[in-house]
Amino acid sequence: MGNYIKLIVLGLLTLLALIAANFSRDLAYLVAMLSFATAGGITFLYVLRKAGDAPITADLSGQYMDGVVRAGVIATAFWGVVGFLVGVTIAFQLAWPVLNWEWAQGYFNFGRLRPLHTSAVIFAFGGNALIATSFYVVQRTSAARLWGGGLPWFVFWGYQLFIVLAATGYILGATQSKEYAEPEWYTDIWLTIVWVMYLLVFVMTLVKRKEPHIYVANWFYLSFIITVAMLHLVNNMSIPVSLYGSKSVQVMSGVQDAMTQWWYGHNAVGFFLTAGFLGMMYYFVPKQAERPVFSYKLSIIHFWALIFLYIWAGPHHLHYTALPDWAGTLGMAFSIVLWMPSWGGMINGLMTLSGAWDKLRTDPIIRMMVISIGFYGMSTFEGPMMSIRAVNSLSHYTDWTIGHVHSGALGWNGMITFGALYFLVPKLWNKERLYSLKLVSWHFWLATIGIILYAASMWVTGIMEGLMWREVDANGFLVNSFADTVAAKFPMLVVRGTGGLMFLTGACIMCYNLWMTVVSSPAVETDNSAVPAE
Amino acid sequence: MAKKPVEKKEEVKTTGHSWDGIEEFNNPLPRWWLWTLYACIAWALVYVTLYPAWPMINGATPGLLGWSTRANVAADIAEVNAKNEVINAKLAAADLTMIADDAELNTYAVNAGSAVFLTWCAQCHGSGAAGAKGYPNLLDDDWLWGGDIEAIKTTINHGVRNEEDDDARFSEMPAFGRDELLEKEEIAQVVNFVMSLSGDAQDASLVEAGAVVFEDNCAACHADDGTGDRDQGAPNLTDAIWLYGGDHDTITATVTNARYGVMPNWNTRLSAAQINAVATYVHQLGGGE
Repeated sequence: MGNYIKLIVLGLLTLLALIAANFSRDLAYLVAMLSFATAGGITFLYVLRKAGDAPITADLSGQYMDGVVRAGVIATAFWGVVGFLVGVTIAFQLAWPVLNWEWAQGYFNFGRLRPLHTSAVIFAFGGNALIATSFYVVQRTSAARLWGGGLPWFVFWGYQLFIVLAATGYILGATQSKEYAEPEWYTDIWLTIVWVMYLLVFVMTLVKRKEPHIYVANWFYLSFIITVAMLHLVNNMSIPVSLYGSKSVQVMSGVQDAMTQWWYGHNAVGFFLTAGFLGMMYYFVPKQAERPVFSYKLSIIHFWALIFLYIWAGPHHLHYTALPDWAGTLGMAFSIVLWMPSWGGMINGLMTLSGAWDKLRTDPIIRMMVISIGFYGMSTFEGPMMSIRAVNSLSHYTDWTIGHVHSGALGWNGMITFGALYFLVPKLWNKERLYSLKLVSWHFWLATIGIILYAASMWVTGIMEGLMWREVDANGFLVNSFADTVAAKFPMLVVRGTGGLMFLTGACIMCYNLWMTVVSSPAVETDNSAVPAE
Repeated sequence: MAKKPVEKKEEVKTTGHSWDGIEEFNNPLPRWWLWTLYACIAWALVYVTLYPAWPMINGATPGLLGWSTRANVAADIAEVNAKNEVINAKLAAADLTMIADDAELNTYAVNAGSAVFLTWCAQCHGSGAAGAKGYPNLLDDDWLWGGDIEAIKTTINHGVRNEEDDDARFSEMPAFGRDELLEKEEIAQVVNFVMSLSGDAQDASLVEAGAVVFEDNCAACHADDGTGDRDQGAPNLTDAIWLYGGDHDTITATVTNARYGVMPNWNTRLSAAQINAVATYVHQLGGGE
């Protein structure tokens, strides 16, 4: 019976998508609707083929659901490499504008690839890493199988479809022109559906947990899922121009729209890239170090302080704009107070290693996690500092911002994800160990040196730009034209691209290493059943 | 040195719970962390009292310092304007042909003109004023509309071929090919003749016929010897300096479709002092007459 309903719904959805494609007013919308129809059609066929199978009677509730986590790990590695590759491409496009090839205008020029890069690394790489690890962690720390039967698989595939819709939209020019929220209305609606299902799976798994308390990692994951849902809904309020076209009009306009956008944008950093990844850290660091978490008290205090303060800090993205001064003051004040709550996570991560520092010598995965926490600490100090008006008047609109973002993204998000992947792959594929620790070391050093080249060159060029823009002569006249600053940046742009290339190379080595682990490491018997720790 | 015993660490108890093997120590909050957090909060409270911060029904609290970004920038601009008021008035009224004799005014004009140039002119003429395809190089002594300081000033004031200013410099070259004024063959001849003027003809056999075409169609503006006419903005074709390019294909395209370079009039966007300043700046770049 259930299968019949599923087939009818899937068939109808596929048909509707095809009708929409038929009436489409632009190429981006056409491609999106064809993607919907293809996804619906494939799922229809899958359900149809399964319809005759005998229903599964075995009780799986005592076993963890790891298939979807395995798929998430593969997707994370894949989208990571794609995102880094696009990043390296646009870095070199900035250094050598000739790389915006004439034949690729309107598809692969910087303007089209830049949102593709940011969304690929944040939402495709980071998002898949968060979904996969949260599914793994919530099961392990709740001693319960994921709730919802096949629903986690819907979340996984639904999220991949969202990525495809967003990516094709960028290349074909469908955009709301809101940073990190570029996808148009139909992609937003689809993501909303997927995200609510994600929340449902996560919360219901927590509800049926067999542990008396909810582990700290899950607080962070839950705050990330709930807040991202709220941010996504508010920042994407728009009215489509036509049901058959990609263009939509924002409900808010002017400074209200800008403030909403940066309330969203800053908390995409705060809840996606900080809270979510802290959840990751709180599980994988103590597991890999085999040490207890440093302080339960600190974890509570810094969690609630972080959650409460982060949401107010957005206005610091709009200093010296049409935003009223009072909003800027509050954004800056909250950002400064946010410094210690952010560092609470760093302290808890690093101090968890006390008593296990010797592992830094022997375990490159621990080394990766430590450097990740180090970059977390550095960028959560740099952030409040850059939110100070006086600093911001120099740093804003310069490459310093880009350097800051990347020391967080490559250093913190990238490295902690790599650490988690190295931890997960042998466990998920029942392997005794990784294929090669030496290759992990190679990855570690390539990535670390790459990040340092990246961040350092962006500091230099950002501060230089800021100083050149404000340089005035004795009579108060500006000394430099904008083009002078662009020309002066060239050597640093090349260094930045080189750093990115090293980071990408490291990620490719990781993919090889993980692949070889799956195909050639010695197998080991592991127990997949859910048992409460005690 | 004898190591301090580490037992103190080990005395700390865990919370007594374990998740998938993970336990948590019951360590207190690090003192330095807590006090830095308090210090940040205290600082924030002071800051929001001193600066505009709390939104009320009508506007926000102004803060004890009365600080405002708009007032600050207005004060900065007023300060610079007040400082330069006298010399700006002098510059606006100056006779530019004599400006080189007043060292102080000249230096000021060049500095101010440089800033104006980098803000408004560099987009087309380049930040070094070396120009680009279709945008004249201002460093050499090849001038389309005249290179003495008054001629430069007139060009800046009214611009070239724009529709906003009735006094804009204006002339229009016919599109000899597109409007079928010349046959393709004749264009090939005249292009080779034009190239021969700077000693660079592609096909010498066409030059002689090209000279006739030139005399009948081009000499009225570009002069019999091809040296051009500044009153009509007709370029000198003999100096091997090319605005759009001097190769065979580009000159053919120019003769076929003509060119129609436009420059905005700046008299409605810049003050008289700024126009005098940027004229002085451009004049002293190297090619001024």
